[in-house]
Amino acid sequence: MQSPTVDIAAALVRPTVASASRGYWPSVGRRLRRDPVTLICAGILLLIVLSSITAPLLGLADPYKTSMIRRLYPLGSPNHLLGTDELGRDMFARLIYGGRLSLFMGVMPVLCALLIGGALGITAGFVGGKVNMAIMRVMDVFYAFPSVLLAISLSGAMGAGTENTLLSLTLVFIPPICRVSESVTTQVRGFDFVDAARASGASALTIVRVHVLGNVLGPILVYATSLISVAIILAAGLSFLGLGVKPPEPEWGLMLNTLRQAIYVNPVLAALPGVMIFITSICFNLMSDGLRAAMDVKA
Amino acid sequence: MDALLPPEDRGGPAQPLLLATGLRKHFPVPGGLLGRSGKVVRAVDDLSLSVAKGETLGVVGESGCGKSTVARLLIRLITPDSGTIVLDGDPVDEPHGITVNELRRQVQMVFQDSYASLNPRLTIAETLAFAPKAHGLPAAEARVRVRDLLDKVGLDPANYAERYPHELSGGQRQRVNIARALALRPRLIILDEAVSALDKSVEAQVLNMLVDLKTELNLTYIFISHDLNVVQYLSDRVLVMYLGKIVELGSVDAIYGNPQHPYTRALLSARPSMDPRRRTKEAPIQGDPPNPIDPPSGCRFRTRCPFAEDVCARTEPPLADTGAQAVACHMRVAGSGHSKAATP
Amino acid sequence: MSDLLQVRDLHVKFVTPDRTVNAVNGVSFDVSRGETLGILGESGSGKSVTLRSILRLHPEHRTRWSGSIKLEGDEILTMGRGALSDLRGQRVAMIFQEPATAFDPVFTIGQQIAETVRRHTGKSEADSWKRARDLLEMVRIPSPAQRLKAYPHEMSGGMRQRAMIALALSCNPALLLADEPTTALDATVQIQVLLLIRELQREFNVGVIFVTHDIGVAVEVSDRIGVMYAGKIVELAPVEQMVDAPRHPYSRGLLASTVHDGMRGQRLEAIPGAPPDLAEVPTGCSFAPRCKFVQAECVARPPALGDVGGGHLVRCIRTSAAETNVAA
Repeated sequence: MQSPTVDIAAALVRPTVASASRGYWPSVGRRLRRDPVTLICAGILLLIVLSSITAPLLGLADPYKTSMIRRLYPLGSPNHLLGTDELGRDMFARLIYGGRLSLFMGVMPVLCALLIGGALGITAGFVGGKVNMAIMRVMDVFYAFPSVLLAISLSGAMGAGTENTLLSLTLVFIPPICRVSESVTTQVRGFDFVDAARASGASALTIVRVHVLGNVLGPILVYATSLISVAIILAAGLSFLGLGVKPPEPEWGLMLNTLRQAIYVNPVLAALPGVMIFITSICFNLMSDGLRAAMDVKA
Repeated sequence: MDALLPPEDRGGPAQPLLLATGLRKHFPVPGGLLGRSGKVVRAVDDLSLSVAKGETLGVVGESGCGKSTVARLLIRLITPDSGTIVLDGDPVDEPHGITVNELRRQVQMVFQDSYASLNPRLTIAETLAFAPKAHGLPAAEARVRVRDLLDKVGLDPANYAERYPHELSGGQRQRVNIARALALRPRLIILDEAVSALDKSVEAQVLNMLVDLKTELNLTYIFISHDLNVVQYLSDRVLVMYLGKIVELGSVDAIYGNPQHPYTRALLSARPSMDPRRRTKEAPIQGDPPNPIDPPSGCRFRTRCPFAEDVCARTEPPLADTGAQAVACHMRVAGSGHSKAATP
Repeated sequence: MSDLLQVRDLHVKFVTPDRTVNAVNGVSFDVSRGETLGILGESGSGKSVTLRSILRLHPEHRTRWSGSIKLEGDEILTMGRGALSDLRGQRVAMIFQEPATAFDPVFTIGQQIAETVRRHTGKSEADSWKRARDLLEMVRIPSPAQRLKAYPHEMSGGMRQRAMIALALSCNPALLLADEPTTALDATVQIQVLLLIRELQREFNVGVIFVTHDIGVAVEVSDRIGVMYAGKIVELAPVEQMVDAPRHPYSRGLLASTVHDGMRGQRLEAIPGAPPDLAEVPTGCSFAPRCKFVQAECVARPPALGDVGGGHLVRCIRTSAAETNVAA
């Protein structure tokens, strides 16, 4: 037996035997890096996100500047790469600026719902019993409504506007995230190592922090990222119906609505915001799939 | 200095280390209206046992007998419906006794090796340091304790501390499980099918290690297994369970040399023969172990017992002392009404 | 030479982008009708892989085979899909460790057995059901007529295992493969199923290959026992000789370290170390790192399977010369 005075650092030297994979998350990262689909989607999304964030610095035209003369110019017009919309505003600029709001409306509700729904679900799953029943049955009530209808009714009740839309979308996503969290937590809770942790006398919070979170965050994250694309589409849909973002803010869904009349004049122009919604949500979806595949392998 | 010293002996060698009385645990069966079907799984019924200091108590039984439930009841991972547990004279979870947390400091459990017995996201060192740190040991001392534990179970700390469970073989993982149980310096370790999932050659290594650790650290074991040979090898006394009840209890020589309960005899002769010239000709009993949801009335073994009579269906046989062991069978109770029982 | 099954120099490799696992490295044996060959080994020995190769159950894109497996003269490793599909279930049947997953949970036992009978033998619906009922009776399932209408989850583990045996024997196969069929069963049920298999084997005169890690189980059912280690057979002998006088250090270590009565109080002779990583092909004997009789030549060259008489084969240089006095 070694005496405690032996150098602790030396004792924790990495093993000389080469082992194929080390930690779980590093191995997930490695698998993701090898997945071409995920890499391409990540690249596209990065492009979209970066361009939205740096929009003011890109030297684009003013997205709010209207012009009665230069309305509905087709693609490839001089000074207007993607033409102009029904009020003469530059489409390219509006699409890029629109990305800011659309992406924000896609990611923020999911993030908030993740925090709230995740916490509720993990609590319900770990504690079980009556607490679980109370939380999950409340969630069931909301879950009974189809998400689109729920979003519309909540927005309709609260009125249009960015903040209200954010709130209603968050509320729509809390129940499904809560449900997934509860289910995964219940599963992990049944594993022997959690029982061993309970048998060591640690507090429930410590056990959740050390043992449960690391094992449940993965699946919950995968589910949440798959919801981002739904959020973007829902937000766009709400704006399309006039329940979301108010004009003249550029937002892809709203742009789809206001460009409806342009379908007969210049259908390609009218479809452009739809194309952006499509690309963004597909990329999020495929990335979420890639994440799930990378996490699925039991190293 | 070490903040977690092993607790002291109280009451001397005559006082049992662990005494469980009248443990009962029924699980409701889900389903039906409002999630209640009205049925219960009678996992453990009115079970009492005692474990002496320094002994190894073996617990054998087939699936559904409740031995795993008993293990979890003894360490209070499950709360019993009724019954008491007394640790070295101190009642657990009662006004003048010790808390469940204090019980867990002195009684630890080793689980069967499985993917889920170790947290796949933590390194071995993190897993082993968890319990001491949760009890207030500072990180530096916890690291020392981890190295110490790995040494004790024969794993080189330099090589294994930073590994993840999936990088270890079954035998190595089980050593880690044992090290985890030792982390709080317990007095009693409950081993629930701890070697069952291991290859035979690895099982031998781990059994040798368990014997050495017991002597070195002055431990007491409760060894739960379905493998009768291993229980015979390791135990001083043996307890045989069937459908939530004890059917026979005694020293290992008495149980294996002169089994008195028909179920014990069946279990012992159900072991495959190691002699090809003397193969088993006939199965000792037919049928499968029944469902603990609806155990038979009276003696629970009567549906598979070749000697069952009316009295067996009417009354439950008490666990009666017959000299070298205690047996719950009407045939051994004088004046019970069974045709094979002695007349009083 | 056997007219039922001949396996010659079988090699099976699993290839993935990360690594190649050499699961089986040159296995040869015969099985005749009416005899049971027990294959004994621990995890990673290649015993299950060998068995599954006989039915080519491994995913084709990841598996590389070489060698020969001949069933009644037909080469299985090069068989087309159609012939292979005819072979499975009809000429060769398999029973598995976990009966719950071998049956489809949405159909009754009767439906599944009758369907198999009908497909392979072309019997009528009514005749197939009658045969299913007869089979359940043959495997000693009580109230067979009622059990035909039972779903797999309504039966206990032991009964499901018997039903699986019934399913396997429904088309009168010539060869029955058993992959640890009793490992998940309780002791009192295990012995019943073992006796059943022995009895049915005699009655149907099938050849049986029984894979297990439990020596006692192997001794109960086998006529001959083959011990596998690191993808090779290291010893093959009639069961009496294997139990009385095992020659290979691994077999001896296995028997010595298996706990059975009479060992109480003695220290167990554990084999030190652990089985090798199958991703590496060793230069010499795979068991050398753990063997207490290791010599220089053991590491230089892999030993061949030598005959020590009486149908007893051993893969160890210490026994291929003189068979006298292999003292411990």
